[in-house]
Amino acid sequence: MDYHMKAPVSREDVQKLNAGDYVYLTGTIYTARDAAHKRMKEALDNKEALPFDMKGNIIYYMGPSPAREGRPIGSAGPTTASRMDRYTPQLLDLGLGAMIGKGKRSKEVIDSIIRNQSVYFAAVGGAGALLSKCISTSKVIAYDDLGTEAVRCLEVKDFPVIVVIDSKGNNLYETAIAQFREE
Amino acid sequence: MIRTVKAEEITKNIKEMCIEANHVLSKDMEELFMQSAKKEKSTLGKQIFGQLKENLDIAREDHIPICQDTGMAVIFLKIGQDVHIEGNNLTDAVNQGVREGYAEGYLRKSIVEPIERINTKDNTPAVIHYEIVQGDEIDITVAPKGFGSENMSRVFMLKPADGLDGVKQSILTAVREAGPNACPPMVVGVGIGGTFEKCAQMAKHALTRDLNEKPSVPYVRELEEEMLVKINKLGIGPGGLGGTVTALAVNIETYATHIAGLPVAVNICCHVNRHVHRIL
Repeated sequence: MDYHMKAPVSREDVQKLNAGDYVYLTGTIYTARDAAHKRMKEALDNKEALPFDMKGNIIYYMGPSPAREGRPIGSAGPTTASRMDRYTPQLLDLGLGAMIGKGKRSKEVIDSIIRNQSVYFAAVGGAGALLSKCISTSKVIAYDDLGTEAVRCLEVKDFPVIVVIDSKGNNLYETAIAQFREE
Repeated sequence: MIRTVKAEEITKNIKEMCIEANHVLSKDMEELFMQSAKKEKSTLGKQIFGQLKENLDIAREDHIPICQDTGMAVIFLKIGQDVHIEGNNLTDAVNQGVREGYAEGYLRKSIVEPIERINTKDNTPAVIHYEIVQGDEIDITVAPKGFGSENMSRVFMLKPADGLDGVKQSILTAVREAGPNACPPMVVGVGIGGTFEKCAQMAKHALTRDLNEKPSVPYVRELEEEMLVKINKLGIGPGGLGGTVTALAVNIETYATHIAGLPVAVNICCHVNRHVHRIL
């Protein structure tokens, strides 16, 4: 199925998605990758506020290349999600609506996705130029000193993602690869 | 006769090559990419190939990097022994080229101190492999390496008894475990023999080979062909979302090794296998 969906997402929207669905996201999403996740963990440990409210929001695991003059952002494709696995369950427990990245997730993350009724999307890895076209504005909102790893608020329009792990725990990487395996 | 090459000349070329490599896929890679796209049987896989083709066009036309991970700059320098380099220290000249290329080309600065994780802010230092060769030319290859696929690369210290079958299993293990993380369809560089570091370096160098060139040793050529077929039967497919094209090519280099060992390195590269080559 193809869906057009608003970001942030509601739990009802997330629950109707199945692994393999194509989703075009429009609205506000936030970037965070390795260093920003480490900072957010430290903020939670110190009982400090996070850069944005997790509830219903989407984290895009991405660190862009610099924007040329007159453009909102440079190349902007997904990075490998599993490097964030250690931090993810805690953010899901705080209501994180969805994640966009690429690659496998740990069992702990998948269990937490089911428990919290969230969803993991993949964007096409290595399609950073194409994906940048779906981003209309980009603003650093926290951890500016981290450069490309700072937390950014993005406005996106019809940003194309695929449901890889749905709220029931179905995993497209496993089912789709098994379908074509001839070992 | 000794030929003099100015260090600034090397800096200028490295700068241009860093920018070119990140915006335009080399002709051999693009041709292979297009040929492989036709072989994909999965509907979703075909769709992803379509998106990746569009991505290459946008990168070239809008002058935006093909991938936001513009890599760590890996540079192979073959220096003719009749060349004299005038001016700056050669390593400094190379790093200056990387610094200027990543600034002027709007490329991402991804290099940090390993433990403190402080960004050097100019994408230096580069990883430079020097080789002294005959002649009076400098042969430069610039290969910016992204880390989604670098992280999935492996070194296997096999036993001689593991033999060719052990080599094949090692390659398949590395690719299977890499799966969707390495941004398939991938190019697989393999180094067989040498020592721990030599096989890794060969695996990296194998990724820079012009894909129209084939190895001269018959068994290596056959092994490349066999492994490409076997890898594509793993089912990983474009984007790791299932399909019949998991790898675009398998490039293998070999070197003599010790009677007690059989080192094998598998260096995986995503579909953005960047390599620019120039001779000064």
